[in-house]
Amino acid sequence: MNAPANASGNARDAILKSVRDALRRDPLDATQVAALDARVPRHTRPAHDEDLVTRFMRKFESRAGTVERVASRDALPAAVEAYRLAHRLPQRAAVGAALKDLAWPEGWLIHHEAAGITEALAVSPALCGIAETGSLMLASGPDSPTTHNFVPDDHVVVLEATRIVDHFEDAWDLLRARPQGMPRATNIISGPSRTADVEQTIQLGAHGPRRVHVILVG
Amino acid sequence: MTPSPTAGPRVGLFATCLMNLFRPNVGFSAVKLLEDAGCSVEVPASQTCCGQPGYNSGDYDAARALARQVIEAFEHFDYVVGPSGSCMATIRHDYPALFAGDAQWLPRAEALSRKSFELLSFLADVRGAAVTVDARYAGTATYHDSCSGLRGLGIKGQPRALLGEVDGLKVKEMEDSEVCCGFGGTFCVKYPEISEKMVDDKVRNILATGADTLLGGDLGCLMNIAGRLKRINAPVKVYHAAEVLAGFADGPGLADAPKESR
Amino acid sequence: MEIRSNEFKERSVFAIHDANLQTALGRARYGFVGKRALQVAELPEFEQLREEAKNLKNHVLDHLDHYLERYEQAVTAAGGRVHWARDAAEAREIILGICKRVGARTVTKGKSMVSEEIDLNDALIEHGMEVVETDLGEYIIQLAHEPPSHIIAPAVHKTKDQVSDLFEAAHGGPRKTQIPELVDEARRVLRDKYFRADVGITGGNFLVAETGSSIIVTNEGNGDLTQTLAKVHIVTSGIERVVPTLDDATLFLRLLARSATGQETETYTTISTGPRRADDLDGPEEYHVVLVDNGRSKMLAGRFRDMLRCIRCGACMNHCPVYGAVGGHAYGWVYPGPMGSVLTPLIKGLDAAYDLPNACTLNGRCQSVCPVKIPLPELLRELRHLQHQQNITPVMQKRALGVWRWVATRPKLYHALEQIAARALSGIARRGRIRRLPFAGGWTDSRDLPAPTGRTFLELWQGKRGQQ
Repeated sequence: MNAPANASGNARDAILKSVRDALRRDPLDATQVAALDARVPRHTRPAHDEDLVTRFMRKFESRAGTVERVASRDALPAAVEAYRLAHRLPQRAAVGAALKDLAWPEGWLIHHEAAGITEALAVSPALCGIAETGSLMLASGPDSPTTHNFVPDDHVVVLEATRIVDHFEDAWDLLRARPQGMPRATNIISGPSRTADVEQTIQLGAHGPRRVHVILVG
Repeated sequence: MTPSPTAGPRVGLFATCLMNLFRPNVGFSAVKLLEDAGCSVEVPASQTCCGQPGYNSGDYDAARALARQVIEAFEHFDYVVGPSGSCMATIRHDYPALFAGDAQWLPRAEALSRKSFELLSFLADVRGAAVTVDARYAGTATYHDSCSGLRGLGIKGQPRALLGEVDGLKVKEMEDSEVCCGFGGTFCVKYPEISEKMVDDKVRNILATGADTLLGGDLGCLMNIAGRLKRINAPVKVYHAAEVLAGFADGPGLADAPKESR
Repeated sequence: MEIRSNEFKERSVFAIHDANLQTALGRARYGFVGKRALQVAELPEFEQLREEAKNLKNHVLDHLDHYLERYEQAVTAAGGRVHWARDAAEAREIILGICKRVGARTVTKGKSMVSEEIDLNDALIEHGMEVVETDLGEYIIQLAHEPPSHIIAPAVHKTKDQVSDLFEAAHGGPRKTQIPELVDEARRVLRDKYFRADVGITGGNFLVAETGSSIIVTNEGNGDLTQTLAKVHIVTSGIERVVPTLDDATLFLRLLARSATGQETETYTTISTGPRRADDLDGPEEYHVVLVDNGRSKMLAGRFRDMLRCIRCGACMNHCPVYGAVGGHAYGWVYPGPMGSVLTPLIKGLDAAYDLPNACTLNGRCQSVCPVKIPLPELLRELRHLQHQQNITPVMQKRALGVWRWVATRPKLYHALEQIAARALSGIARRGRIRRLPFAGGWTDSRDLPAPTGRTFLELWQGKRGQQ
């Protein structure tokens, strides 16, 4: 990191000075800073009276995502196998290491590394679901590499029904509660990749997955 | 400021430049509507323009000079009312802004601002109880929401409610009635090609309703749209809504041939 | 890009007569406007959120130095690095420096308006790097060697056939004619670039002081592939994009997609915090943020501070009838439409974009949809005022205003002249209208002028009241 630290340092001071000049004041004093640091944001959250699971499913499906429900974690491999067969995918998947312990079918080639350019299917664990918009939240880490979320055509996401929270703010609280702190990448995913850049026509599978399938556990 | 019901409020009529020059019938319609609503109407001779052309051109000094003239001419009335959302929004919103920090003129500008109203909203919102519409108009009209009135003064339902009481008149809404017609004061002559494109869009929406009449509350927009309608020989009559409400829409519409020359 | 805003008049006339452009604009206008209206109707809290968002932005701007410092601390704590750039040249230097240090050959880019503002691509290309825009719209206009014409839909002015032509020329045949085929072709071509990229550059919709994160929202996932697969991730962002906490960012997220594309949420909201961790299996090894001032701190000082609330949603241009008539390129620089008509003169100079604040009817539709309630018409008028004060306004217009003022402050003279005009115009009218009028071609070239009836209202009124 031998970028021009000096120049940048000067620029930093100059910009902060210019900001303070514009605000016609000196740097804030300790009391003011403490008050700002103690500030607790309270913004309006959209109200709704739906059950969280129902809302999550309705919203996620409204954007061309698909959802199926299974009773327990043990049922996951069979559900993924059914999905694979339905979409005629090879017996190969990039699986988040958090799902390593499951009894994956015989003959499957499963790995837990980052996704390569030819990866067709990934199976990822979600940190939580957000009912407000019907979105998934995935946290990057050794258990869930970010490439799994974007490289394959098919992305299957495992979500525990008890991990569906109401609003974004509730999801942030889960992030804050992590002992390892913020993940490098927090991906909030609300359906398959899409574009409308040619003639405003919505086309799925622009750069990321063409299909995102949620398996809701419990 | 609430006037006694017997005397009725004294209203100074703001005679807008375009009305004064191009369409006196709108002025007389306004007077009739205001008098029918129990007001006594006066038209100060010391008025000219509200100053908006100067304000919108960035010449704030000129706008202030005109604003002072308007304030002096109208501040002794109970209300100042004009048949234009555009001019009245200038008096209501822009005058206080123009005199911000001016200890002498700001209070006077604010006082006038509070009692300034566009005609149709004044009739509906302020004189509602005293207003009975007694007019006939045989036809189907569509209504253009002029931007200053709509967004500056919240005028949307009032003209429609009043027009709903006109015998024989049917109102059919057009697509994008809230989109600018391309007039914009000096905009239409500074950027005539853009203005033409905008008024063409407006005209297409008007024609799509099949209405035989276009109504609105601002002569600037109406002259622009009427001018384009006539240029393409579209058989749509154009009136200020006040003319219809007052029962004075029996003469030629804007840019229509006078009856005797037919 | 070189600013061409002073060619606005010529370029707007050209745009109005470009049939392809008009088709594309018509489609876009109704799509965005209709979808936004549906979303707003479904969220009863929308107006309340707008008010809160305005207030929150104002709070941030009042304490911008504090939140920038807090943000820098948090980025550093997460293992990233913040660079500060006073202007476009400094920003280019910083990014070039990073790219050269890591020996970058291929640079992928997610959509970043700041990178357009600082002319980044040309600088990288001049130094021998391959620069690949990965947002489909940006990719299309990169192939066309054009600047974006819209801040969230950069290729909104292109028709499908034009995209087919561009792809055929760039990728070879056979020519694709259907939208799914075109999107697939771009997907295939760009896939390779992501995996080869040395540096990935994205914008930053929000910078979160609490966590040192940058947030981007996209629908395509290109921004994520760009920043995940490159060895180095560089975020370019204006200094005004910082927000205190994740909860504060949420307020804007609720407004952004609804206002921009008329979606409840975009497909991807990505929060990036520092480089790859020791046990991560993917992600960039370095994470840099380039904070760009480029005139923003000056804007903070005065009347134009409100403009710094802008979250770049594009709703103002989607709802602007002038933008709808001429498209984005007529504006001649990076930011088009109402927000661009304010920003361009402020960043590039009042005299570099005379027409932009003037080519507006002040109809107020932009302000009525702005998610952070920027009083755009007032700011445009204020720019006209500055032009007037600084003698940038054309001399003839100033003189005409002077004469108007002189006459209009003399009521008797004014009324006498109106009476003369009423008679003269009515005299030359035929069948109630005037088809051609000397010196008024601006009006009569495309419209008839409704004829006065011969007497002014005041004249008639005084006559009438005199009789009573």
